[in-house]
Amino acid sequence: MRRNVHHNLTVNGEALEVSFAPYKTLLEVLREDLALTGTKHGCELGECGACAVLIDGEPQLSCLVLAVECEGRAVETVEGMGKGAALHPLQAAFADLGAAQCGYCTPGILLTAKALLEKENAPSRERIKEAISGNLCRCTGYQQIFEAIEEASRRMNPQRQEDR
Amino acid sequence: MKVLGKPRRRVDGRAKVTGQTRFADDIVLPRMLHMKLLRSPHPHALIRKIDIEKAKSHPGVHLVLTGKDFPVSFGILPVTQDEYPLAPEHVRYVGDPIAAVVARDEQTATEALDLIEVDFEILKTISDPQEALQNPEPRIHAYSELGNIHRLQAFEFGDVDEALAKSEHVFEDLFFYEGNTHLPIEQHASVAALDGEGKLTLWSSTQVPHYVHRSLARVLQVPASHVRVVACPNGGGFGGKCDVCNHEMVVAKAALLLGRPVKICLNREEVFYMHRGRHPVLMKMRTGVTKEGKLTGMHLQTLVDGGGYGSYGVASTFYTGALQTVTYELPRYKFDAARVFTNKPPCGPKRGHGTPQPRFGQEIQLDKIAEKLGLDPAELRLKNLVKANSLTANWLKVGTIGLAECITQVVEKSDWKNKHKKLPDGRGVGIACGAYLCGAGLPIYWNKMPQSGVQLLLDRSGQVTVFCGATEIGQGSDDVLAAIVAEVLGIDPFEIRCVTGDTGTTPVDLGSYSSRVTVMMGNAAIDASQKLKNLIAEAAAEQLEVIPDHLEFSGGRIFLKDDPSKSLSFAEAVGFAEEKFGTLGAVGSYTPPRAPGRFKGAGVGPSPAYSYSACVVQAEVDPRTGWITVPKIWIAHDIGRTINPVLARGQVEGSVYMGLSEALMEEQIFRRLPPKLSSALVHKIPSLLEYKSLTSLDMPEVETILIEDPDPNCPFGAKEVGQGPLLPVMPAVANAIYDAVGVRIDELPITPDKVLKALHLKAQGKEARIGPTSFPSVPYPEPVVVLPPWEGGDGNAVKGFDKPRLSPSQRKVSSSSA
Repeated sequence: MRRNVHHNLTVNGEALEVSFAPYKTLLEVLREDLALTGTKHGCELGECGACAVLIDGEPQLSCLVLAVECEGRAVETVEGMGKGAALHPLQAAFADLGAAQCGYCTPGILLTAKALLEKENAPSRERIKEAISGNLCRCTGYQQIFEAIEEASRRMNPQRQEDR
Repeated sequence: MKVLGKPRRRVDGRAKVTGQTRFADDIVLPRMLHMKLLRSPHPHALIRKIDIEKAKSHPGVHLVLTGKDFPVSFGILPVTQDEYPLAPEHVRYVGDPIAAVVARDEQTATEALDLIEVDFEILKTISDPQEALQNPEPRIHAYSELGNIHRLQAFEFGDVDEALAKSEHVFEDLFFYEGNTHLPIEQHASVAALDGEGKLTLWSSTQVPHYVHRSLARVLQVPASHVRVVACPNGGGFGGKCDVCNHEMVVAKAALLLGRPVKICLNREEVFYMHRGRHPVLMKMRTGVTKEGKLTGMHLQTLVDGGGYGSYGVASTFYTGALQTVTYELPRYKFDAARVFTNKPPCGPKRGHGTPQPRFGQEIQLDKIAEKLGLDPAELRLKNLVKANSLTANWLKVGTIGLAECITQVVEKSDWKNKHKKLPDGRGVGIACGAYLCGAGLPIYWNKMPQSGVQLLLDRSGQVTVFCGATEIGQGSDDVLAAIVAEVLGIDPFEIRCVTGDTGTTPVDLGSYSSRVTVMMGNAAIDASQKLKNLIAEAAAEQLEVIPDHLEFSGGRIFLKDDPSKSLSFAEAVGFAEEKFGTLGAVGSYTPPRAPGRFKGAGVGPSPAYSYSACVVQAEVDPRTGWITVPKIWIAHDIGRTINPVLARGQVEGSVYMGLSEALMEEQIFRRLPPKLSSALVHKIPSLLEYKSLTSLDMPEVETILIEDPDPNCPFGAKEVGQGPLLPVMPAVANAIYDAVGVRIDELPITPDKVLKALHLKAQGKEARIGPTSFPSVPYPEPVVVLPPWEGGDGNAVKGFDKPRLSPSQRKVSSSSA
C-alpha cells in the first residue's frame, strides 16, 4: 500500500501543510491536493509549457518537478499573480489585448512572462519570443501575446513608456 | 454601432487570465472515481476473448467495462453509426478503445489495465489508400460501398470534357495534402455524475453538446430528457472536439452503473489516437483556361484517406469538392471523390473541414496558369472572381463577396508588384485566396427545427441573462453573444451574463463547428433581443410620453433621439416594462435560408454567406539547406462586419499560424514496424515534442486587414472569421517558394528536404517539382448530372437521381468481397 508523505509547502506566499503520495509531481499536488486548478497540463512530459509555475521566481515545468522537492521553496501559480481582486498588469494586458483565446496555455505564459519582466524592465520582441518559446499556444499565433507582454512592461515601467 | 467594431476586453477575459475558467478536467466532485481506457495495440485485429477477472479484483477497482456492455453503436453522422464506445469484436486502429477500468484514482486504474488479458486475431493492416484499393479484403467495415472504399461520390455540373476540349489551355496537376491533427493544448476530459433525481449529467470538453446529448441518450438507452450535457469552455478545439467520443459514452455509463461521479482525462498520446483531424487527400485537377485567362471548367478527383471509422468523413469528402466554385467562376464543374478506410485513427473535421486540401491545389494551379499565360497571379484571380449575389455551377448561392478588395489590399500592403518575380534569388512572394462557409446550411441530422436558439431574461434590477447552447472554445462565442445583445439593447456587454453550452438549461444550438456560431447564434440573439427591446420601448415611451419609435437605446439609457434629456436608465425602463407586461423574457431562433440545389448531395456546401480571404506570403529559401524562413505574411479577410476587432484579429492570426504550421511541418504520419516484430502500423509521433508545430520563435509578423462588406444574411452583416483565413496560407507559401527558388512543391508539408531535392532536380535540368506523380485507378461511379443555372438547369438532377451508380462490374467486386 502506498503511504502519503507530509510536507510544508509555500504556495503563493501561504504556508501550507499537505499530505500526498510521494511520487506525485508538483503539478498533481497543486491541482489535486491543493485545488489550485489554474495550473494546466497539456502533456505531462515537459513538452508544452502549460504547467509552468514559478519556483523561487524561476519558471519551471511543474509536471517535471516532484512535489517533495519543493519543501522550503516559494511556489507561485496564476492564482497568486494578482493583488487581492486586482489583476497583475500582465493579466490585465492579456485580457485587454486578446492574448488569451481559449485561456488554457495562458497561466503558464503569464508566469513565464512575469519572471522575464522581473528580470528585464523592457525586453525586446526577440527576448519575449525566446522567453516563451517553451510555451505552446495553438490559438493566437503568438502576436497578441507578444503585444500584451510589451504593453504590460510599459504599464509596469512608466519609464519605458517615456522611452518610446 | 455602439458596441460592435470597438476593441474591447472579451467578456470572459478576466476568468481566462486568472485561471478561473473551469475546463472539464478542473471539475472535482465529492466521491469522484477515475477511469482509464485500454486501447488496442494492433492496427487491425479481431478480439477473440477478453479476460477482466484479475483487473476486477485489483484493490481499488470499482468497475471494468468491455464491448459487451455497449450493444448500441454511434457515429456523428446518421449514415455512419459505425463506432462502439468499446470495440466488441473488431479493432481498427492502434488506440481503438477495448475496455475501461474505473478505480479510486488514475494510478490504480492504470495498474488494472495491465491485468486485462485480450486474445487478438491479427488481421492484415490496410495502411493507405493504395492498399485499400488493392485489398478489398479484409474489410475494415462490412458496410463500405466497395471493398475498403467507404464512400464514392460523383457529380457533374455541365459537360466538363466538352469545355476542356474547347479550351485553349488545359492544366492537369496532381497534389497531395498530408494529414495533420488539431493539437489542442487541453486534452479531452469528461466528468459524469448523477444528480439528486438520478438523472445523468456529463461535463465535457466538447464543441457539440447537442450531438453528444443525442448520442448519449441513444447509446445508453436512457430518455434524452434525463441526460444533461454541459460543454465546458474548451482549451482549444479546432474541430478536434466536434465528434462524439468513446470516452464520453463510457464514463457516462460508469456513472450510471456506480451512482458516483466518474472522471476521465485523456493523456496526450490518447489525444493523437482520438484524432478526427485533417484527411490526407490525393487530388487530380484538370482545368480549362482561355488564352485570356478565363477559367472554362474543372474536373477534380479526390482520394481521401479516412482512417478507421466514418466520423464526419462523408461530409468531409463532399467538402473536398463542394466549395471549389464559390471563389472563381467555373462555368462547368465535375467532381469525383472516394473515401477509403485504413487502419489509422479516424479522420474528421479540422479547421477548414475538407476544403484546405483542394484549395491548396487550386491556388497553386492558378499560379502555374498565370505563369504560362504571362499574367500577374493577382490579376488572374481578380479576372475570374465570382460575382456577388450569383449562383455557382453546383447551385450554391453566393451573397456578398469582398474578395476583390482583399486582393487589392494585400497586393498594395505587401508591395507585391515590386516583389513578385523581382526579389533576388532565394527570396520570393506568393499569393493565394480562400473562401469558407458561415455555417453549414443543413444540420447533421435531418430536421426542420432552428439551428440556433437564444433565450433572454431581464429583471427590474436591469440584470440581463442570455441563454444559448453555443459553445465557447476560445473563439469568443460568449463575447459575440453578449456584444450582439448589448448592441440591440444599448447596454455594456459586461452587463450581460452568458449561460451557454448546457443542454439542461439553454436552448439548442448545434455547436461550434462549420463557422456557424456568429451567424446563427447572432441572428437568433438579434431576434430575441429585438422582441424585448420593443416591450421596453413601449413601456418607456409611455412613461416619457413619447412615441416608441423615437427612442434610442444607448449607453445604458433609453432616451428621446431629439431630446436626450427625456430619458430613463435601462434598469428603470425594464422595471416599467415588467410592471406593464409581467416577467420579461423572450426567445429567438434562426434557421438558414433554403438552398437552391435540389439534387441528392446538394446539402453539403450551402451556407447563409461565404467569407473570403487573400494572403501574400514572403519566403526565403536557403539553397544549401532548403531551409525555409517566412519573415512576413499579409492577410485580408472579408468579415462582413467586425464584432470585436481584438478577437477578430486573433482569429485571423491564429488561422495564419495554424496554416503556416501545416504548410511547413505538421503531419500525422505512421510507420510500419520491422516485419519480424509485427505487420503493425504505428503512429510515428504521438507526442507534442515530435509532432512539430510552430513556436513563438518561428512565428512571422502578420499584418491583418479586415474588409467590411456587411452581408444581409448575417447579424449586423458579420461573417465568420475562425476558419476562412487559414485557407490561403498553405498555397501562398508554396507559391512564394516557387517565386524564391523556382521549384514546385505540390504536396504538404513543404519541408527543407523536399525543397532541397527539388533544387537538385532543377540543377540536373529535370522538372523541379516534388509531388505525387500518379493517380491510382479509382472506380468512380457514373455521376449525378445537374445542369448549371445558365444551361437551363432547375437545381434537380437530370441523370443519376438517387446517388452515384456503380457499374455492374463494380457491383460484382462489391458482392464477392462482402
